[in-house]
Formats: sequence, C-alpha cells, structure tokens
Amino acid sequence: MTTQTLTHRAPALLKDAAVAALLALVLSIPFIGLYTANSDQGQGLAVLSRWHWVGYVVAIVFVGRLLFSLAGDALARRRMRNAGKKPLVSIAMGHTLGRAFIVLALLFAVTLPFMPYSDRYVLDLGMTVLIYIMLAMGLNVTVGLAGLLDLGFVAFYAIGAYTFALMSTVFGLGFWICLPLSGLVAAAFGVLLSLPILRLRGDYLAIVTLGFGEITRIVLLNWQSLTGGPNGVSGIPRPTLFGMSFDRRPPEGLSSFHEVTGIEFSSEHRLMFLYFIILGLVLLASWVVWKLRRLPIGRSWEALREDEIACRSLGINPTASKVSAYATGALLGGFAGCFFAARQGFVSPESFGFIESALILAIVVLGGMGSQVGVVIASLFIVLLPEFAREFADYRMLLFGAAMILIMVWRPGGLLSNREPTLKLSSLKGAGP
Amino acid sequence: MDGAVALGTFLQHLINGLTLGAIYGLIAIGYTMVYGIIRMINFAHGEIYMVGAFVAVTAFTLLAVLGITAVPLALVIVLLVAILFTAAYGWTVERIAYRPLRGAPKLAPLISAIGMSILLQNYVMLTQGARPKPLPPVLTGGITLWQGEGFSLGITYIQLFIILLTVALMTGFTLLITRTALGRAQRACEQDRTMAGLLGINVDRTISMTFVMGASLAAVAGVLVTMYYGVIDFYIGFLAGMKAFTAAVLGGIGSLPGAMLGGLLIGLIEAFFTGYVSGAYKDVAAFSILILVLVLRPTGLLGRPDIEKV
Amino acid sequence: MNSALPLLEVSGLTMRFGGLVAVDGVGLTARTGDITALIGPNGAGKTTIFNCLTGFYKPTSGRLLLRHPSRGEVELQRLPGFQVARHGVVRTFQNIRLFPRMTVLENLMVAQHVGLMAKSGFSIAGLLGLSGWRSAEKGAIDKARLWLDRLELTRVADEEAGNLSYGMQRRVEIARAMATDPLLLCLDEPAAGLNPRETAALGELLLSIREQFGIGILLIEHDMSLVMRISDQVHVVEYGRKIAEGTPDQVRNDERVIKAYLGEPEEEEMPAEVAQDLNIGEARP
Repeated sequence: MTTQTLTHRAPALLKDAAVAALLALVLSIPFIGLYTANSDQGQGLAVLSRWHWVGYVVAIVFVGRLLFSLAGDALARRRMRNAGKKPLVSIAMGHTLGRAFIVLALLFAVTLPFMPYSDRYVLDLGMTVLIYIMLAMGLNVTVGLAGLLDLGFVAFYAIGAYTFALMSTVFGLGFWICLPLSGLVAAAFGVLLSLPILRLRGDYLAIVTLGFGEITRIVLLNWQSLTGGPNGVSGIPRPTLFGMSFDRRPPEGLSSFHEVTGIEFSSEHRLMFLYFIILGLVLLASWVVWKLRRLPIGRSWEALREDEIACRSLGINPTASKVSAYATGALLGGFAGCFFAARQGFVSPESFGFIESALILAIVVLGGMGSQVGVVIASLFIVLLPEFAREFADYRMLLFGAAMILIMVWRPGGLLSNREPTLKLSSLKGAGP
Repeated sequence: MDGAVALGTFLQHLINGLTLGAIYGLIAIGYTMVYGIIRMINFAHGEIYMVGAFVAVTAFTLLAVLGITAVPLALVIVLLVAILFTAAYGWTVERIAYRPLRGAPKLAPLISAIGMSILLQNYVMLTQGARPKPLPPVLTGGITLWQGEGFSLGITYIQLFIILLTVALMTGFTLLITRTALGRAQRACEQDRTMAGLLGINVDRTISMTFVMGASLAAVAGVLVTMYYGVIDFYIGFLAGMKAFTAAVLGGIGSLPGAMLGGLLIGLIEAFFTGYVSGAYKDVAAFSILILVLVLRPTGLLGRPDIEKV
Repeated sequence: MNSALPLLEVSGLTMRFGGLVAVDGVGLTARTGDITALIGPNGAGKTTIFNCLTGFYKPTSGRLLLRHPSRGEVELQRLPGFQVARHGVVRTFQNIRLFPRMTVLENLMVAQHVGLMAKSGFSIAGLLGLSGWRSAEKGAIDKARLWLDRLELTRVADEEAGNLSYGMQRRVEIARAMATDPLLLCLDEPAAGLNPRETAALGELLLSIREQFGIGILLIEHDMSLVMRISDQVHVVEYGRKIAEGTPDQVRNDERVIKAYLGEPEEEEMPAEVAQDLNIGEARP
C-alpha cells in the first residue's frame, strides 16, 4: 500500500523537488555563485565565482525538499491513524507538567551559583536569561495580555538602564534607590508614549512604537553632554548589601562584605550576590504579574485584547486600560534596564537597537502570548541557542533567523498556547446560591 | 544677494529631498501593497531592497569586466537583472515564511518576517562579506540650473534619472493596478479574500504576484540607491525599510498614491532637516512628524477613514 | 409604574454619515418595567439608533435623556462612550461580542469591572489580598453564579466563551450584560440564529427579568411573533424615520407599518411575521 502510493506519487514529488532546486539555482547565482570582493588597494571591486557551492546548494535543496515531502506524507498518515486517539499531553496533564517545570526551574535557578560547574560565564549567562525574562514579562503585559503591539520596547529598557547609570554617576545615588527610580521613569515614558497612540489600532501601533524606540536610541547616541553619546556611561557602582560592598577595597564610607562576614574574599561573591538580587526581583515581579492577571486590572487587559468594543459596552475605560498596560510593561522594562546597567557597570546606545526589541517580542510570541511559563522557556531558548551555536560563530544569527521562521511555521500560536483561566468555578470552595 | 543664496540652498535641498523621497516611495509601495492584501507588515521588505542593491553592484561590476560600458545599455541590463533576481527572492520569502502562516494568530507572521529579515541580512553578510561595497560612478555630471555668486544650483543626471524613472514606474504601476486583470484580482483580494477565492480568483497566485511586484520596485530602488550613493552594505535594508514603512503609514497604508506621497514627504523632511537643523536628528524629525500625523489623522494622509463597525 | 416619567427619552435623534442620513429625527421612549421593541425593515437604522444610544456613535443632533434614579437627568450624548454603561445603559450586539478566549465566568467577572476596580484599590488592595477586596471579589463571583444559574450556563462556566454554541453565546452575552446591574438593557436582535425552542425560552427569560428586576428592556428584533408576544410598546422605523408607535396590537394594524413591510397597499393584510419571512421590506417600487 505504502510503496504503491509512493510509486504513484513519485513523479509529482520529483517534479516538486526539481522546481525547488531550480528556484534555489536562481536564488544562489547572484549571492553564492558570484560575489564581489573588495580589492585591497584602492576602491575597486572584483567579481569572483564559486559555482561548486551553487551545486551543493541545489543538490541539498533537491534532496531536502524530497525528504520533506516524504516526511510530510508519513506524518499525515500517522496523524490519520492516530485520529480519535487522545493527544499525547492533555490539558490537565499540561498544567501538572507546567507546575513541575516551575518547581524544577526554581530549584535550578536557586542552586545554580553553588554548582561546581558554575563560573563567571555561567553566572553571567544566568543573569542574561533573568534579564530577558524580566523584559519579556513586561512586554507580555502589553502585547500578550492587553494585545497592544509594541516594537519599541527596548526604549524602556534603555531608559531604565540610563536612569540608573546617570543617577548613580551624576548624583551618586545607590542601586537600591535607583532601582525604583528606573522603573518609575520608564513607566512615566510608557504613559507618555501611550497618550498619542490611544486612538491607533493594530499595525499603526507597530510603526509608532518602533519610531519611539528609534527616537530613544538616536537621542541617547547624540545627546553627548548628558549620555556621553556613543561612548556611553561607565563607572556605574555595584549594588551593595545593607551598605556592604563586594569590592576587595570598598569605596569610602562603606564596609566590605568579606571583612564584615569574615568570608574569604572572592570576586565571584559579587556576581553571586547580583545574581540573587536579580533572581529575587524577577520572582517578585512574576508573582505580581501573576496576581495582576487575577485582579480586575488584569482581566480588563485581557478583555481589551479580546474585544475593545465589548469592553466599552461594559463601562470599561479603554484609555485607562491601555495606559496602565503600557505603564506596567514599561515599569518592568525599566527594572530590567537597571539590572543590565548594574551587571555591566557600563551602558551605551548600541545595546538598545531594534534587534533587542525584536528578540523580546520573539520571546513573548514564542512563549505563547500571555503565558508566563512560556516566557521563561522562550527566554532560555532565545538566550541559550546562540550560545550553543558558538561553534558556528558567524552562522549563528543566520540560524537564529531561520529558527524563528521555522518555529512560527511549526507552532504559530507559540510553544505554550493554552491559556490558563484566571478563575475556575470548579475549583472554588462553597456551593452556589 | 543673501536672499538668492538662501533661495538657491532651499531649492537644492528640495531637489535632494525629492530624489531621496522617490527612492523611499518605491520601497514604500511594496509595504503598502502587501499590507493591503494580507494585512501584515512585511518586515523583510527592507532586506529585499538590500538584496536588489547587492545584485546591482555585482551586475555593474560584471558588466565593466565584460566591457559593456555604454551607459544606457548597462542601465537597462542591470535593472532587468536586479528585478529578475530580487523578484525571485520576494516570491520565495512569501512562499516560505508567510504563506504557511495564513490564518495564524496575527503576530505570528510578523515574528516570521523579523526572522526572515535577520536571516537575509546575515545571508548577504556571509556570502558577500561585511565590508561596504563601493561602486565607481555610473552616471556622472549634471545640469547647472542657476549659477549665482558664491553658489550654484544644479541637478545631477542621476537625480534626474531617479526622479524620471520613478515617475514613469508610478504611472505604469497605477495603470497596472487599475486597468489589468491582475490589478483587478488584487483589489478584489484586498476587499474580501474569501469572496475573491469563491469567484475563481487564484488568491495564492495573486498574493505571490503582489510580493513579486513589490520586490521588483524595491529592486529598482536598490539599483538607484547604489548609483546615487556609490556605496552599500548589508545593513542598508533596515533603516531604509523602516523609513519606507514610515512613509507608507504616513501616506495611509494600503494606498498607492499615499505611499508615494509619504515617501516624498519623508525624503523632503530628511533633506530639509539635515540642511537647516541637524543631520543627527533627521530620523527623530521624520518619526515625530509621523506620530503627529497619526494623532491628528489616524489613517494617514490619504488613507480611507474607516467607520468603526459595531 | 407606567404613570411615572419614562426612563429614557430620545428626541430628535439624527445621525449622518457624510451625505447619508441613517437616522432622521427619531424620538422614542422606554420605561422602567416595560419591554420596548424597535422594529423595522433591514437597513432602517435600528442598530444606528442603538449605537448612538449606547455611546458608540456621537449623534449629529438630538437629545438622549436618561432619568437616573440617583444621578438625576443625564444626557447620554454628552458622555464619553464608555460612561454610558456606567450610567446603567448596557447593550448586547447583533454579532455577539464576547471575550472569546476567556471563560464564561471570566466574561461575567469583566462585566463587574467598574465596581471591582475601585474595590481592588486600583490593584494595591488586590495585590495585598486585603479583606475588603476579598469580600468584594466573593460578592462578584456570587453574582456571576446567580446569572450562570439563571441562564443555565453553570455547566459551561469554565469553558472558553468562544467555544460555545451560538445559542449559548447569546445567553452568555445577556448574562454578562445583566451582571452589570443595568437600568436599561438594550438587546440587538437577541433571537437571531436561535431555533424556535430557544426563542421561546428567550421570551420567557426577558419577561421574568422584567418581572423580577423591574428594569427597562429595549429590544431590536426581527422575530415578529416574539416581539408581538412580549412587548409592551413597539416603535417602528423605516428609512431612518419613525413611522409608528404603540402597543403591539396598534402597530400590527397600522397602515403605514403594513405598507412598510409589504410594500403594496392594495394587497391583503398579511401577518407581520409572514412579511418578515418574505423580506419584502426593501423591495419598494
């Protein structure tokens, strides 16, 4: 039966693969087959060729397309056979798995700094993941819950980072004062941004927010006297613990952690400390977001995403919902910026380009829009994938782009697209009236 | 006399702005058409334009090697070659990254498009190298329009070529959309894709053709920009794409004349702001004006105001 | 009850879209404790009247006077759109507008947003889990339960609203509107798409809501048997103008109404529901 259909379909499959290969040939001629090389002296260009590469590409596409079609057939057959059977992971089981994941992730995050393999690099990577989780949680409020597209989220990240950088270097304020300030300043900008765009819908939001992100970056780049322009701001002080510094020689007026506690000095303590601060605040923030979703404000965000007109018909003020969603998202973005500045000790405009906005949005969408567990999984994925692809060095962004497309095609709703209700009648105590 | 100098400077900025605006307009049409038909922002469109510019550089260099130096002939060949290959890229992008996502949640194609944009940028960087590609001037010289004391007002042949070609393409394109069966199919799909499909219009093919047309115009923009600036790199697509998209929204996304008008406005704003205020903040000016226009007229300058359906 | 001044008094309502006059100087009243129906052929401007009334359109001219028991006389056309619902005028939609990816229970919780938001201390009290908030939330859940029970939706309370059958979605929308404690419930074709059994049940429901809560109900409906059975007052509009008003019996026998529905004055009198089925309202010579 199988072989019969295969022989029957073979000509069509071959033709399909041949068309794909032909297209690959056309596409690869001007970029893979031919390339221009800058000559070392002077301005000129030379056109060189590498036709054998075109041959490889065409062959790979032909075979790949053929295998892909065959695999697609096999999958379709299996799906047909499995039709009517229970799905592999039921929704209830999904929730149990989700809870198990949360516990394991928490355990892993807390013990990470004490693991034997933990060195500077691992801690640093851990902090990067946490910062992205924070960012994505913020954007998740705006995009995932309230359904307001924001392509310039990086602006709030930048504003948070520069707030800490400037407040500390200009006014000598410490991390713990600057942290709320960073969030609040970013939230204020969130409110400011949301005002002109209240009337805009859908894709108009995309371009205006994108513009806002770019404006922020350009201002940071060009306002030399305040931001130091492309050189950025350096010498940002490290966070302290109850006034104790983690430096070997603490700054004037501070005691040092290793002297007070008698623990032997290690520069890794500072990193561990910073890691735990960020971890603690990320956990706090995720609890707050989790809770907000179950409060009227959070429900009004989701209702706004679902149907703005129905919201208005129930007396919900869409303006208030939108502004609060932007402000909350921006607040979290500002905190993340403050963490970033504290970790780097240095900020410059190049950390806040559009690609960052795109990555954060990718995390939210990959995570399944609105899902907090999804955000964590997607952050791990987005931050760690390029790290694992280090051997491919130059190719990693290429692979990254390809992965984004493939995942979207494979799971357009994101990795975790099941929405968990904020309230369930079946799990409420007490009988009805 | 100072007045004359001021006027001369003003006119020079105007000419520069129109040239730039024509290029943005050509790219903006691709955004506007795709948005009109499938309501998505083709984020990779800027990279399509960049691909066109790279094909142009290779083609110009190759022609020089082959000894084809007659400018009109070389121009025609390069334009055709660039359109051919770039259109193939436009078609493939739609086929791979967008078509499987039709009917998916709204943000999925956007993320896919951002992924495609990253992919194309790095693909070109890896295959062609990260260094900027210089190109010797193809068209040189110009016409001096006004020779005054201490200044001269002129338009270069390239500028003239860019403006004339853009006008010609726009005219042809408007005819294509309003007079041909393909244009009719496109407008039908824009209004109601399901109904168009039921009436026997090949929707997939129409959408593909939209991408091909958008890519062709972007290819022309790529060729023109290569000739105008004489140097390109793999990163030009991002900024130009963003400006062109801004132009499309400014003019009223979905509207062809709007895209052209938006392009011209963005070009003029850039030229005048650079000339009179500051080059560093020219993009800030463009975006600020966009935000202002959208606040006052949420559907853009020429976009149809839609009555909210309740 | 009917002797008091009407709850809602619409006068001279006009709505123009560019050159098109969709509603032209319409006046109507709705009383507390009454079911008032608004009927007319397709395209007569009924939904536009609703949209003006519930704050979705700003009328070109006219006055929409609401007599609020505690806030006195309110001119609805002067309020920002979302405020209309806060004054007790709440509607449903012709093409059901639920929050499809939220559960039925959540839909009913969102309906109580305005009161709950204040009780949550703009989220601060809610975040801290203060007792004031907790009891407010419990009260809201109880009210939601009440309406779920009443409309036989308890079984599907935890389902996503978008996954329910059409008839159920209609009921969820009514339950959601009722959860806001309205003074005037405006229903835009609530029986559209329902089968005869469901329509009958809807009629019973509306009558019992009127009985028990004494609120006003304003109804756009094409199902004439339903309209004639449950309405206290009927207003008829055609081409944006009001052509008749009165009790169901008066309207049924009004010549202009018959003409509007049948088009041919010399034809035999035909029951309005037959005219509706033939849908000859638009086919005027």
